[in-house]
Amino acid sequence: MAQLSTLEKLAILSDAAKYDASCASSGSTKRNSLGTGGIGSTTGAGICHSYAPDGRCISLLKILLTNFCIYDCAYCINRSSSNVRRARFTVQEVVDLTLDFYKRNYIEGLFLSSGIIRSPDETMGQLVEVARQLRVTHRFAGYIHLKTIPDCDPLLLEEAGRFADRLSINVELPTDDGVSRLAPEKRPAEIRKAMGNLRMKIEEKSEPTLRTKRKERFAPGGQSTQMIIGADPANDDTILKTSARLYSSYHLKRVYYSAFSPIPDAKSSLPLIQPPLMREHRLYQADWLMRFYGFEQNEILAGQSDGMLDLAVDPKLAWALANRQRFPVDVNRGDRESLLRVPGLGTKAVAKILQVRRYRTLRLEDVGRLCQSVNKVRPFITALDWQPGGLTDNPSLKARMTPQPAQLSLF
Amino acid sequence: MYAVTLADQTDFDGWRHAARQLALAGVEPGDVRFSVVGQTAEDLFEDASSLLPEPPAGAEFTVPREVVKRLEQVIHHRDPDRFSFMYRLLLRVSREKNLLRIASDPDIQRLERMEKSIRRDAHKMHAFVRFRKIDVAGEEWFVAWFEPEHYIAEREAGFFRARFTGMKWTILTPWRSISWDGADITVMPGASKEDAPADDAAEDLWRTYFTSIFNPARLKVKAMQAEMPKKYWRNLPEAPLIPGMIAGAGKAAEEMIARAPSLSAPHHARIQEQYWEPKKMGGMAEEEIAETLDALEKQAEGCRRCPLWKDATQTVFGEGPRDADVVFVGEQPGDQEDLAGKPFVGPAGQMFNATLEEVGIDRQRVYVTNAVKHFKFEPRGKRRIHSKPNSGEVQACRWWLDQELTLIQPKLTVALGATALTALSGKTLPVTKNRRQIVTTESGLRVFVTVHPSFLLRIPDKETAARERRLFAEDLAAVRDLMNAA
Ligand code: SF4
Repeated sequence: MAQLSTLEKLAILSDAAKYDASCASSGSTKRNSLGTGGIGSTTGAGICHSYAPDGRCISLLKILLTNFCIYDCAYCINRSSSNVRRARFTVQEVVDLTLDFYKRNYIEGLFLSSGIIRSPDETMGQLVEVARQLRVTHRFAGYIHLKTIPDCDPLLLEEAGRFADRLSINVELPTDDGVSRLAPEKRPAEIRKAMGNLRMKIEEKSEPTLRTKRKERFAPGGQSTQMIIGADPANDDTILKTSARLYSSYHLKRVYYSAFSPIPDAKSSLPLIQPPLMREHRLYQADWLMRFYGFEQNEILAGQSDGMLDLAVDPKLAWALANRQRFPVDVNRGDRESLLRVPGLGTKAVAKILQVRRYRTLRLEDVGRLCQSVNKVRPFITALDWQPGGLTDNPSLKARMTPQPAQLSLF
Repeated sequence: MYAVTLADQTDFDGWRHAARQLALAGVEPGDVRFSVVGQTAEDLFEDASSLLPEPPAGAEFTVPREVVKRLEQVIHHRDPDRFSFMYRLLLRVSREKNLLRIASDPDIQRLERMEKSIRRDAHKMHAFVRFRKIDVAGEEWFVAWFEPEHYIAEREAGFFRARFTGMKWTILTPWRSISWDGADITVMPGASKEDAPADDAAEDLWRTYFTSIFNPARLKVKAMQAEMPKKYWRNLPEAPLIPGMIAGAGKAAEEMIARAPSLSAPHHARIQEQYWEPKKMGGMAEEEIAETLDALEKQAEGCRRCPLWKDATQTVFGEGPRDADVVFVGEQPGDQEDLAGKPFVGPAGQMFNATLEEVGIDRQRVYVTNAVKHFKFEPRGKRRIHSKPNSGEVQACRWWLDQELTLIQPKLTVALGATALTALSGKTLPVTKNRRQIVTTESGLRVFVTVHPSFLLRIPDKETAARERRLFAEDLAAVRDLMNAA
């Protein structure tokens, strides 16, 4: 095989990484290079340096070390039966690319994943070596996210955690059945155990050590995972149930949902359709409700017979429409939990309402100033000068709250 | 009418000094005009006095420190009216207690909007500055041209210094330029785009990355523009590619879909044979009766006899000597046990171990297991709430417990709590009534009855907890005596 240039490898190995949804550079500790004189900082919040026309942020150099892989997962472009062009970076190339891009402020850091070649340990060892060189040799303080290989030696995992901000292990699909059908060589039991191990390690290292009384640095950005949506028949309820389990069991920082996107040279067992982007979006919204709005997983879809999120309205509004007996909520008296359930009130608006009402009794106009759109909120609240009357229970409320284009197309 | 002329766009000290004098003298906002040196025709305010008023003797003016800090930020906003707005707000804050807390007040809203806009601008600067590398006297120097919306360049120097400490760089902007030579920050006058280098070799690599990481099947142009407004595009090396990528996306996606599944890659068969074929032979089927505890444990790993395996991490099998005289049976693994794959390692397990030690039973000599081998729980945010296994699950899991006991043949079995007792005896017996007694089951097993250690952890009242803890220790002491007698 002719030697590929770095540019050619980059084209192949970033193309191979584009189906992975996880990209955020947020959620780690703050740090900078003032003390070390090196390069790099993390803000804790993450910075997106560019956006691709698919609307997804580019904050990390997201590449594979290699797209050779001994696994044959049907949904993956790198599976062993795929005819895709193969390439393999050297450790040095990845280190150089990361530094070159970082110094020009194109990226926040590196997200390095890999196909599995020869053995999980060898592959993982190389990923760790990239991170080690960046951190130790080059005093690089930017963000590093490593995709870990479930079956690798726990010692490598420990090394990885020392250098990386975040580690992730993909659950791949919402159910074990899905995994055994589409990724026959992957073992869901191993994936869970690896996640469990990682949680234990993260917790263990977050305790100050007896000797130094200091916490050891270990994946300060926690662990995350990704599952592919729409490649198997699992419904949204099943997907959210899996997420709730993953959050509670392994304390994940994020579960990424990746709408299954057709890949060139796909296996015939897969749906060759446009990725269900709206469904993916609704799943993220539902995920937010669980993580930031105090919703339990089983409430979100209660009463929805097919277990699917409504594509026409967001899940919070859908829940409110199905639970109208809980409304209206008095913005001047309602507790935080009830206010968080009002469609159109985000966590920030609720915080402001709670603060302002200590000094003023809120009118509808005031609420309008504190949230994005008073129209969305109006049917679900009462204020000093506002009662929604029959609006809350009006049968046509959903139609009114549904974005207009769908309605107008009737004419 | 008073006229205040500030030294430059972000002369906060000048503004603050003037505002203080004016406020002390009780001057209303409508009676002051602020401007920046060289930016306004002086004669517009012919009638204005540039002398600040003398404050009356003994006058005092205080505002919370917070408002000063916030105004110091807001002065960096581009709005030409900001100086008078700031003055108005300063006066209002001095008169209206809590004003800063009233987010619904129009002035506070304006303040917040301005702050947000500055924060956003700074954030965009952090994101969209693009350095180009040049050679300055044999050394690498990185230069960028950037156009912020507000007067923020100087303020953001600290961010770039902390990020690019080990690098020498300059950021040119129309208002002011900032530079870091590895030791000091220098602030210089504004510059123009032509002062920046025209190209950088790394940009080709970057453009390659930008095109390759884009998935044409997921086109979402609006989402992109919301985050990366067009006004920033002119300085981004990748931006000229965007229109072409959008235009070609439909076709590229169709091609991806249309490309029919082809034959497997040539090396696929070899990989399957080398890595996977030998492994497919699997372990022992469940129906074959295991002859050793190790074989049994292996079988249990894949158990699907009840639905509990689905949510748990792994099967938590018993642990201890294969020929132990005593077997302790708990209810089910908990959060920690589920992660570690070992029984009795969580809080209840620690309490159990401590009590064993206290009464002098060597944990190494006993076998510990659970009636149900998978953790049953309800997710609650970041926690898992233990939920009691039902009788169907206990029944299903007896398959393993029975075989464990058959293989070990213990002299005594200890039921920790009701679930264990049910699992061992096959019927529902009350724990309290049978506590510290030995029940002999139909299969001839001798079962000593006590409570589950997790029960002790749930008692809120300290005294009761201590008393129960003592009782539990006495129970275990009785077990010890039975062990020694045997
Ligand atoms: S709880 Fe017991 S019976 Fe149920 S799946 Fe687990 S090991 Fe099998």
